[in-house]
Amino acid sequence: MTVTPLGIPRRLLEFTIDGEPVRAPEGSTILDACRAAGKDVPTLCQGDTLTPKNACRVCVVEVEGSRTLVPACSRRAEPGMEVRTDTERARHSRKIVLELLASSVDLSTTPQVAEWIKEYEAKPDRFGPDAARLNEEPKVDNDLYVRDYDKCILCYKCVDACGDQWQNTFAISVSGRGFDARIAVEHDAPLTDSACVYCGNCIEVCPTGALSFKSEFDMRAAGTWDRSAQTETTTVCAYCGVGCNLTLHVQDNEIVKVTSPHDNPVTHGNLCIKGRFGYQHVQNRD
Amino acid sequence: MDLHFGDSKPTDDERAAVDALLGAPESSWEGADRSDADLRWARGGREARDRRDLLLPGLHAINDRIGWISEGALDYLCRRLTVPPADAYGVATFYAMFSVKPRPATVLHVCTDLACAAAGAPGLCAGIEARLGPGSGVSVERSPCLGLCERAPAALAIKAGDPVRTAVSAPATVEAAVLAASAPDSAPEEPPAAMAVPQAGDPSLTLLRRVGAVDPSSLDDYRAHGGYTALRRAFALGPAGVIREVTDSGLVGRGGAAFPTGRKWQATASQPDRPHYLVCNADESEPGTFKDRVIMEGDPYALVEAMTIAAYATGAHRGYVYLRGEYPRAIHRMQHAVDQARARGLLGDDVLGQGYAFDIEIRRGAGAYICGEETALFNSIEGYRGEPRSKPPFPVEKGLFGRPTVENNVETLVNVLPILTMGAPAYAAIGTGRSTGPKLFCVSGSVDRPGIYELPFGATLGELLDAAGVRERLRAVLLGGAAGGFVRPDERDIPLTFEGTREAGTTLGSGVVMAFDDTVPLPRLLLRIAEFFRDESCGQCVPCRVGTVRQEEALHRIAERTGAAAADDIALLREVGRAMRDASICGLGQTAWNAVESAIDRLGAYE
Repeated sequence: MTVTPLGIPRRLLEFTIDGEPVRAPEGSTILDACRAAGKDVPTLCQGDTLTPKNACRVCVVEVEGSRTLVPACSRRAEPGMEVRTDTERARHSRKIVLELLASSVDLSTTPQVAEWIKEYEAKPDRFGPDAARLNEEPKVDNDLYVRDYDKCILCYKCVDACGDQWQNTFAISVSGRGFDARIAVEHDAPLTDSACVYCGNCIEVCPTGALSFKSEFDMRAAGTWDRSAQTETTTVCAYCGVGCNLTLHVQDNEIVKVTSPHDNPVTHGNLCIKGRFGYQHVQNRD
Repeated sequence: MDLHFGDSKPTDDERAAVDALLGAPESSWEGADRSDADLRWARGGREARDRRDLLLPGLHAINDRIGWISEGALDYLCRRLTVPPADAYGVATFYAMFSVKPRPATVLHVCTDLACAAAGAPGLCAGIEARLGPGSGVSVERSPCLGLCERAPAALAIKAGDPVRTAVSAPATVEAAVLAASAPDSAPEEPPAAMAVPQAGDPSLTLLRRVGAVDPSSLDDYRAHGGYTALRRAFALGPAGVIREVTDSGLVGRGGAAFPTGRKWQATASQPDRPHYLVCNADESEPGTFKDRVIMEGDPYALVEAMTIAAYATGAHRGYVYLRGEYPRAIHRMQHAVDQARARGLLGDDVLGQGYAFDIEIRRGAGAYICGEETALFNSIEGYRGEPRSKPPFPVEKGLFGRPTVENNVETLVNVLPILTMGAPAYAAIGTGRSTGPKLFCVSGSVDRPGIYELPFGATLGELLDAAGVRERLRAVLLGGAAGGFVRPDERDIPLTFEGTREAGTTLGSGVVMAFDDTVPLPRLLLRIAEFFRDESCGQCVPCRVGTVRQEEALHRIAERTGAAAADDIALLREVGRAMRDASICGLGQTAWNAVESAIDRLGAYE
């Protein structure tokens, strides 16, 4: 049986969200409290297994007394705080952020973003046909996964997952500055010349599909990717004794990608190259 | 840390440049040839990783010697410091002064920013580029403000080698700039710093009293002009007494944010976490600002003494000066001053025989406006990309290396000297009730006597402009630099105080006062401001990274339009600008739209 450590009991802080009193354990973020209170705040760069980077600014909310809006994903709740999640000011910033992203990045594979664009009445076309875009070609330099940086919103999650938050491989970093900033390995080399160990933990946290299994990338290109026809089966990796959980995504009796449950208390969604990509033998029918 | 390195090897020059900074490698773990001992003994670990903050000095060392940073050189530096190459690549590509692609050994930075643009930079650039084309051995780069606005237009030549050579040409002609780039050693010497102070010699000056009067290289001369009396008084008062004096004086930060200095010092001094650090923000990059450069070039020991006092008051034993990479003379003078002070026991283990230990290290910036943001500056010193951190936690609690840190601007620090020598009540009597003390203003543009002016808070804009000899046909005045705001020529009565400018709906910022006549079209200036912020955005948050690009595009579209033809784009600018102000992580994105907005609202640009 897995025992989840409960930690020391935490004090409950009292504050208000949209005028309603809420109580949240000390140390929780505004976002935690919002979600516990059943309020939806959109997020893109926030990851359930990572320290918030608050780079996308789509989760901004108004806090009484604060000059600027604050990111719900990283600001810790304080007693007596008055948080408003749905003011005109917060909605305006979210709308603009969605417009800025959608006008410069390919968000076609970003879950939920289409709903938000509708909800906030964002019009990414308003910047005109000449608005600068990232204009990146997919980097297909290995057999396991593809880096399509035309879909990258620069959320830093892959860098954090590859670096000291999980994998400690440090194969990628943000390079360049401003609008020209891109995720890259050293000297912008192919992945095969880098420190990458192909654990795929960056794919696990990528919120936009910029990083994807080669199998998914190829099927999307061929038009055969069909999310609704896929089943997900969580099982245990058989390669070593750690016993990581694998979720096999299967379409037409073929494994098309592998993820891992983020709530697993041991691995938190992280795998190694074998668990993530070493499934070909399962479907080798010759 | 299990790092992966490529096969590229450094050249002998590159290796020598790094070794000159870090010393020879001790084992193959650090990049030396492998010996038998290396097979039995793993070195590195935490001790090596703790030197990460030497990454930026290391990149400078390579760039200074070779002119660019090759794969082999970067890999070798990473081995020496146990830094992942991808990380170091991210850092190297962050700064405008570094190149990871081959380029000529000499780079000529030609300023195309506001003051220089108004003084003919576009023509100068075209002339220089025609003379120094490909094959000339000089790479010509258009640069944001070089902080030489009183001598616009300006150019800075940097010739890599051992040692690196620099030459400033300002005011620059095509001839002079080409000479500076092709033979930096034989270029005429820069005029003394006092030339930037039209009031030099005026006995009423407080902060600029010594600029031009003392030999900036002589510690004895500094002491003969009243130097180190403030530090003696600080030791007599004790740390709490110094903080009380500074608090009572009403001193607020001069870098632009106007935060009460005494409160900042008190908050840091009372943190139980140790060690405490002192950081002097000398990364003066706001277009139109050059006051810190003049202080550091003309009176460097004043900053050394002021930092010693600040560190003593806040319990810090180590101070860093983060100095703009584009200020070679200020770097040289400050380094000399720190070395002299150390040799004479005014820095080191036992300052003035008082048993208090304090030392100063100078770190060079490498071309990034954002590193003037306090937390971005910490990241830059620590060897990371100069991206701002989210606050809270604030620097007084978790600053440099995660420790309680006081960060002050150069001008703020040198104000501490008169506070201690004349006493807080006398200091507070200068200026107005809420803005106390003397203030430095950087006046440039369409004036006869550009330079640094010292006036007590409360002087009006008109008085300052008259002192500087403002020219006819004034069209607009920019207060506070690119992050500040424009005012009309008829708003001469605005009192130059923090509260006065706020009431007038504008800002004092870092003290920039830039006058523009009608020779440069206003839309062209606004576009240059937008280009500046697009280039200088670090790219971390979406509102600033993409918002600055969208604003620049809109300003491009309406550069030649007015009235109804510009209305849609102005509405777009306002909407994007509002989100940038509300939702950006740091002050850069939050203020990037201020100047353009003020030009539309106050000056009626595009009407």
